[in-house]
Amino acid sequence: MRARVLIRPKEGILDPQGEAVVRALPALGFNGVSNVHVGRLVELDVEDESQLEAMCQKLLANPLVEDYEIQTVSS
Amino acid sequence: MKFGVLQFPGSCDERDAVDACARVGEAELLWHRDPDLKGVDAVVVPGGFSYGDYLRAGAIARFSPAMESVIAFADAGGPVLGICNGFQVLCEAGLLPGALLRNVSLRFHCEQIGVEVVNADTAWTRAASPGERLSIPTKHGEGRFYAPNLDELEANGQVVFRYAPGENPNGSERDVAGVCNLQRNVVGLMPHPEHAVDTLTGSTDGLKLFASAVAAIATH
Repeated sequence: MRARVLIRPKEGILDPQGEAVVRALPALGFNGVSNVHVGRLVELDVEDESQLEAMCQKLLANPLVEDYEIQTVSS
Repeated sequence: MKFGVLQFPGSCDERDAVDACARVGEAELLWHRDPDLKGVDAVVVPGGFSYGDYLRAGAIARFSPAMESVIAFADAGGPVLGICNGFQVLCEAGLLPGALLRNVSLRFHCEQIGVEVVNADTAWTRAASPGERLSIPTKHGEGRFYAPNLDELEANGQVVFRYAPGENPNGSERDVAGVCNLQRNVVGLMPHPEHAVDTLTGSTDGLKLFASAVAAIATH
């Protein structure tokens, strides 16, 4: 089973990387962009997808400051 | 009184930490793969980039065999100090509250700054006075302390260090530079007291933390 975990900073926590991207885009002529958040993508093959939630809680994300979303990808 | 300084792949301040500890007691390095803490009286988790900071700073180091022993040691009341990356490791391990996020500036910074002792009643600050200002180097890219329950931490006396007014290098809320657990035996801070132990490098203020642990053990 192929899985994909999307990890992003929790709503309301200052995300200076996202803000830096917001500031950089207009300099390249891309206007009208706001609310940018920069996170992480973890792709993994797992034998037991029921363990994904625990993997996120214990290691892949820090639930105190990050939200995560587990997607399973049909192989 | 013997200090143990934990060493991970990617640690880079463990030699200075051993040197700092050796000025007030005995000190030896503890390898991350070895769960035996060698009977030390206090543990220092030093700065650096354990496991290359992969995934998140401190996230992988937290699961090393030595850290499992450090967690048991801390739960039994043993003094544990986390410096910079060591602070990140202790937060990831759940020994300290909160998390450390990217500096607001997105820049790695390195400078000598003023650090105020807020709580002088912990295993690592009892040789200092409340409100005392220490001159200590800081150097990090991910040091912005965040805790959703900061009011509660303040009320419990768990905020141990603050950056002096105007000297906060990372944008942490209320200038928090270091915190402790409820039992006050585990302390973590971003500034580097182990780099401030000799007049050759400008300040010996960092020695107070290590002398505090000696006093804490003596009265334990």
